[in-house]
Parts: sequence; structure tokens; C-alpha cells
Amino acid sequence: MYDLKTQIIEQLNLQDKKPEDIGDDEPLFVEGLGLDSIDALELIVLLQQNYKIKLSNAEDGPKVFRSIRTMAEYITEHQGKKV
Amino acid sequence: MFIRALASISPQHTFGADELPSEIVTYHTNRLACIEPDYKAWVDLKMIRRMSRIIKMGVAAASLCLKNAGLEVPDAIVTGSAYGCLEDTGIFLNRMIEFNEEMLNPTAFIQSTHNTVAAQIALSVKCYGYNNTFVHRGFSFESALMDGIMLLKDNDANNVLVGAADEITDISFAILRRFGIYREQEVSNLQLIGEPARGTIAGEGAAFFLLTKEGSPNDCATLDAIHCFYKPDGVEEITSEIDSFLRAQSLAAADMDLVINGQNGDLANDSIYKQLNTMMFAQTPVTQYKHLCGEYPTSSAFALWYATTLIKNGNTGFGAGIDTLSSKPRKILIYNHYKNIHHSLFLVSAC
Amino acid sequence: MNYSDPVVYVAGLGVISAIGNNVPETLAAFSNQQPGMGDITMLDTIHRTQLPVAEVKLNNHELAGLGGMQPTQPRTALLSMVAAREALSDAGISNIDQLRTGFISANTTGGMDLSENFFSEFRKDHKAGNLHDVINHECGTVTDLVADALGVHHYISTISTACSSSANAIFFGARLIRHNMLDLVIAGGTDALTKFTINGFNTLMILDKEFCKPFDENRKGLNLGEGAGYVVLVSEKLLKGLKKKPYATLSGYANTNDAYHQTASSPEGTGSWLAMTGALKRSGLSTGDIDYINLHGTGTQNNDVAEGTAIQRLFAPVFPYMSSTKSFTGHTLGASGSIEAVFSCLAIEHGIIYPNLRFSTQMKELSFMPETKYLSNQPVNHVMSNSFGFGGNCSSLIFSKAGI
Repeated sequence: MYDLKTQIIEQLNLQDKKPEDIGDDEPLFVEGLGLDSIDALELIVLLQQNYKIKLSNAEDGPKVFRSIRTMAEYITEHQGKKV
Repeated sequence: MFIRALASISPQHTFGADELPSEIVTYHTNRLACIEPDYKAWVDLKMIRRMSRIIKMGVAAASLCLKNAGLEVPDAIVTGSAYGCLEDTGIFLNRMIEFNEEMLNPTAFIQSTHNTVAAQIALSVKCYGYNNTFVHRGFSFESALMDGIMLLKDNDANNVLVGAADEITDISFAILRRFGIYREQEVSNLQLIGEPARGTIAGEGAAFFLLTKEGSPNDCATLDAIHCFYKPDGVEEITSEIDSFLRAQSLAAADMDLVINGQNGDLANDSIYKQLNTMMFAQTPVTQYKHLCGEYPTSSAFALWYATTLIKNGNTGFGAGIDTLSSKPRKILIYNHYKNIHHSLFLVSAC
Repeated sequence: MNYSDPVVYVAGLGVISAIGNNVPETLAAFSNQQPGMGDITMLDTIHRTQLPVAEVKLNNHELAGLGGMQPTQPRTALLSMVAAREALSDAGISNIDQLRTGFISANTTGGMDLSENFFSEFRKDHKAGNLHDVINHECGTVTDLVADALGVHHYISTISTACSSSANAIFFGARLIRHNMLDLVIAGGTDALTKFTINGFNTLMILDKEFCKPFDENRKGLNLGEGAGYVVLVSEKLLKGLKKKPYATLSGYANTNDAYHQTASSPEGTGSWLAMTGALKRSGLSTGDIDYINLHGTGTQNNDVAEGTAIQRLFAPVFPYMSSTKSFTGHTLGASGSIEAVFSCLAIEHGIIYPNLRFSTQMKELSFMPETKYLSNQPVNHVMSNSFGFGGNCSSLIFSKAGI
């Protein structure tokens, strides 16, 4: 999950954040990290680029990207498969 | 209209300067780059992460202008940019080709739209008012000003934030260079105008102005008139345009305390100005500005900043020609052309 | 309104889009309910056969021939010339060089159709790539090319505010006439399909893989389109000298900013509401006077609910006819405002209400539905046309039958 946090910080250019600042279960969107719809799209690209996971249905986004943990679990489950 | 406040980011120390810098920053290059502020002081941290350089430049200059005007939210925002957001355009294009149209990042695409600077300013101050962006080469800034002036005349706004921003990137410089418009050898910007040759130097900048219809005690200057004309047929027509422009204000060339012109050191480009200097402006002090900011389509915004600041706070030896002025100029004519295609005139006066 | 504004008339119309290369073809397509979407044929992209688009059915050689331009010029310029020339010819004004004539054209793509080809060579080697492909890259250069071909030189400019671009161009042109700076303005916009925009919109995941269903509960996104549309605006004084009856007056206009997000509209449609309200106020009309709304109606989840919510707030409980003609033409981006302005004027001239194609289920948030049938012989006196773009840029135009 540490690596995932680093990747997210880089992908979203969260210049003032370090991996230690992001909680494993902290909400990523709206509250917590406060990401928005464009960030969600960037995270979809991140899944593709780094993990070869293709999330073609944007509506699954909120579930998958709820927190670092949910993202990590999703990646473990789906790595390499097309969803 | 009154210029209540202004701000500029340029290759000179103009950001935050209330008067003309006492020294010109010298460069030995054919590509000038802006001296940029610490953007974190001017742009919301949550927004800054998505912003490319030009957007930061535009938003910072706009923020400083509003601060100088003592205004939190303007009634309207109008910007001009010939090239738009080149960096993001290049990033998206590059990825599109490199990755064969897969796994592309939306941020670069979103931020590449030409009205991003105006939009981000509106977003940062929550301005719901009129918002427009002109992208017409050497007329981009002039069109934005005309739009702002009409809004004020129509009482659709009490104040308008008008500005322009253009950048030069590695890619755009490499491409433009191939068109042979820049000096091949590196040149000192101080010698650019005095030693004309083939080519000029590339520049960039962002400048914003807060315009109002009603005057106030701290206004910097008045923008009395602007005029654009397209592809004139030689110096005679240009002279006629300038003459008509001044006569419409009941003025003549002799009434100008100073002319700031757009000489850029390129022989062909500058021949028009040279002819005017010997004819129409033979008795008028003339100075230049492109050795300070470089050549780019919206450089006239820098010229307007220069003229306004000079009128407001006097000369501190910033430019050739103005150090010989006996007093603070009260009437300045700016005349610039971009590639002898887009010609523009500004009349700026003391309040 | 703050003072007695001079009236600005629409004296000529020109349009080219996926449903027709000129006004008569366009009208026929509407009456036959023939949309212009199909497979990508003009561009070499991996999205061919995957994403429907609404292409103009002429290649660059054909467009250049029609407009008297060069086929090596950007497609955006070629489209622009065809429509601008039609508009000027329609207005029947032959002496534009003796008048204070302006050309205000909008676009978002500029010469990108050619520069994206240049770039694929250039990025490997900075000395590679044909400079002819990039010389007309800028949005403003496309406008200058067409201004030169039309013979307009008195006042020229280009606006680029994403999807509201050409709507803004139209009322900027009108204001130049009102301020007695110009006598006539050819105003509108153009945009061609490019790989850049197809891929860009694809990354936003707002493209429908089927033909779009604007304002439908089950809508899945937009279809990109291309085209150009221009209106010839004239002063009252100039109109008196023309033989023809004007199509309409531009009676209302407004531009506002949503100031909510770079790409998404606020859920309440604040910017949209402010734009429509502002246009109504300027026109002196009330909501009950509007006979038809040409919706921005892209078919995206976000736009349609934001626009719909704003319309609900403003017009309830009585709603005029409304439809999204993007169900025919796709979303023509920078050209959409002016293409739809042309449609609005034609609606007034011919008493037409355009159908909203592929609509079946009312949106749960709204108490109204778009019109699904093509109606003719309708009393159409006042039409509102909406254009809402990225960067929160919201514009609304109102066209009114002349003499009302």
C-alpha cells in the first residue's frame, strides 16, 4: 500500500503530501484527501499503466477508489484481468 | 477607461513592482524566460497541482492585479492568448502518439483548452460573471481589451479584469525556430534593437489590468483608445491609420510625450518603425520594449504594463530613450505590429 | 437593459455538419429525421469502429473545392469557409469591402488535424515533420485564412471558450455593431474532428459507444461531431438597404461562469441558470415568451442534469418545446453554439420544432421531457439557444422574429 500511495501522489501531483500522510482507510474522495472527478479518471489510468487493470465502467470507480485499502484489494484481485 | 491596477510576470523583475525596475535583466540568448514568483503564495494549493506554467503565470498575475486593486472578485474576466496552453497540449499529444492512443491522462487534455487561464481565475475567486478568451494571434490581447471596454460602456460591469498570457516551451521554440524567426546566434538583449539583423528573440509573459469606467484616486493611468488594423498596404497606410487614430482623440504625433514601439531587432520587421521614426515621429521620443520581454503575440500587454507604470511612477532608467525625458510622460502612444499582419495602437494618458 | 440598444438583425445563415453541407440539406435531414452519426472514416485511429462520430460527409479535397480553399489547409478552415460563404451569399451583400465588416470566428481545434501529424514525426527528430502541417496550427490562423478568402480585413478575431465559443462569437459580433464599430459581422465558429479531441474526450469517459440520447434517463454520453455555422449580423441601417427580410433579431444574450469545476457543471446548474436568466433579462422577455429551447443537451450525465435542473428552476411549471439537435449533429464543440444559432433562426423562419432523437425515458430529476416529434407550422417567435462549455463557460442566446 505504501507503493500505491507513492504512485497516487505522483500521478495526481499531490506536491504537499507524503505517503505517511495518507491513511490506509482514509476516504479518498470528497472528504479525507478531497479528490475529485478528474482525479478519479487519473486513477483509472494509473490502474491501467501500473497494474494492467482496465476499469472500463466509470461507475465502479467510487467503490474501488473509496480508500487506499479498497484500491489495494481490488488490484490484488484483478491484476492483469480486464474488468 | 481607467487602469486601476495592473500586474506583470515577464523576463524582467516586473512582478510586484510598483515602478519600473531600476535595472534591466540582461540575457545572452535567443529565448527569454519569465522570472517567476513563488506561486504557492498566489495560487490555491489545491488548484496548483494541475496547473501548468502558463496557467500559474496567468492566475498569479491576475491575483496580484486584484490585490493591487483592492478587489476580491471582479465583475468580468477577459483574457487573450495566441498559443493557449502549449505545455499541456504537447504532453497530451506526446502520450497519444507514444502510447498509441491508450492510457492517456485526462488532466493534460482538460488543461490544454485555451480558456483555462480565464476559467481558473474565475474558479479561484468564484467569479460568476462574464468570462471570455480571445485567441487571435497578434490581436488576442487587443480583442480582450475591446471586449472589456464594451462591457464597461454598456454598464454590464463596473470593473473588468483583462489580461493576456503566452508562453514559449521547448517544443514551441524548436518549431518556431525552424521558421527562421529567431536569431541563430545568441544575442544580448541589450544589443537586440541597436544591432538589427535577421531574426528576433523569443519571449513570453502574462499581464493583467483592472479596468473601470469610473475614476478613483489611485488610478494608474487612463486607456483612452485602442485600434487594430490588419495587413496594411505599406508605411503610407500605417501612417494614415496612426494619424486617424490620434485625430479621433483630437491629437497629433507632436502631442505624444513618448512612443513605445514594437521593434524586435529583426531588420525586415523593424523597417516600418524606422521609417515612422524619421517621418511621423521625427520630433517625438521613441523607445522599445521587446528587448525586455522578447517577441510573442501578446507582447503588447507587456507594453501596456510598461507605459502605465511609467506614467504612474516615472522613469528609473529602464529604457533607452526614456532616460532622456525631461519629465514624467503624460501621453504615451504604443504602436506594435506582429509579423506585419496584426497592427495595434494604444493611447495611454496620465489621469 | 441599460440604454436603448440598437437592434441587431440576422440577415444570412450558413451551416455545414454531419447532416448536411448547407441549409437546404440540413432542413431536409431534420424533416426526414436523419441523424449524421456513423463510424469514423476520415481519421486513422484505434477508436474506429469503437466510437460513433458525426462527420461531415466530405473529405478535405471536396471541402476545399466547395469553398475555394486549398486542401492542404486545416479542415477547420475548410469547413469554416464553406459555411461562412453560404451565410454571406445568403445575406446578399456584395460590397463587404465598402462596409465596416467584421469576421468573428470561434474554434477550439485550430489546425490540430494537421499538427498532430507533424508532431508524430517531430517528436522523434526535431528536424523532421513538414512545416506546412504546423504553420496553421493556431486557432487564430484558421480565422485569418478564412478572412482572407472572404475578403474581410476591417475587424477579425477568434474566440475559444470550449463548447460556448461560437455563441460568444455571435454576441461579441453583435455588440461591435451596437457600439457602431462595425456595420456587419459574419459571426460563428468551426471545429473539425481530430485524434486529439477524440482521445481527449475518451479519457474523460463521456463518449457514448452508441448514438447519443440527450436528456434521456439512460444516456451514456456524447458523440463528437464536426462542422461550422455562421450568421451574418447587420445593423438596422444596413438592413434597410438589403432586399431580403431578416431571419430574426438577436434579442438576448448572456455569458456567465459556473465557477464550480474545470469540466463538471454544478449540480444545480448555477452557471446555466445565470446565463438563461441574463439572456431573458436583456431581451425583456419572460420565460412564457420562449417558444423553443435548443438545448446544449450533449447527452452526458453531468450536462443534461445540470442544464435540466436550471431549466426546471427557471421555467417551471410551464415549459416550452425543447430538444437537443446534438442528437442529429453530435457535439460540434467550438462550432456548436453557432450551428445551433443557425438552427434557431431557421426554426423561427420556418416554424419548426426539431425533434430530440432516441429519447425514451424522462430523467428522474426533471418534470419535463424534450420534444420527440418533428413539428412544423408552429408559431415560433422566440428561441433560446444554450451552450455550456468546459471552464464553466455558460452562454445563452435568444433569437426573436423580426418586427415583434
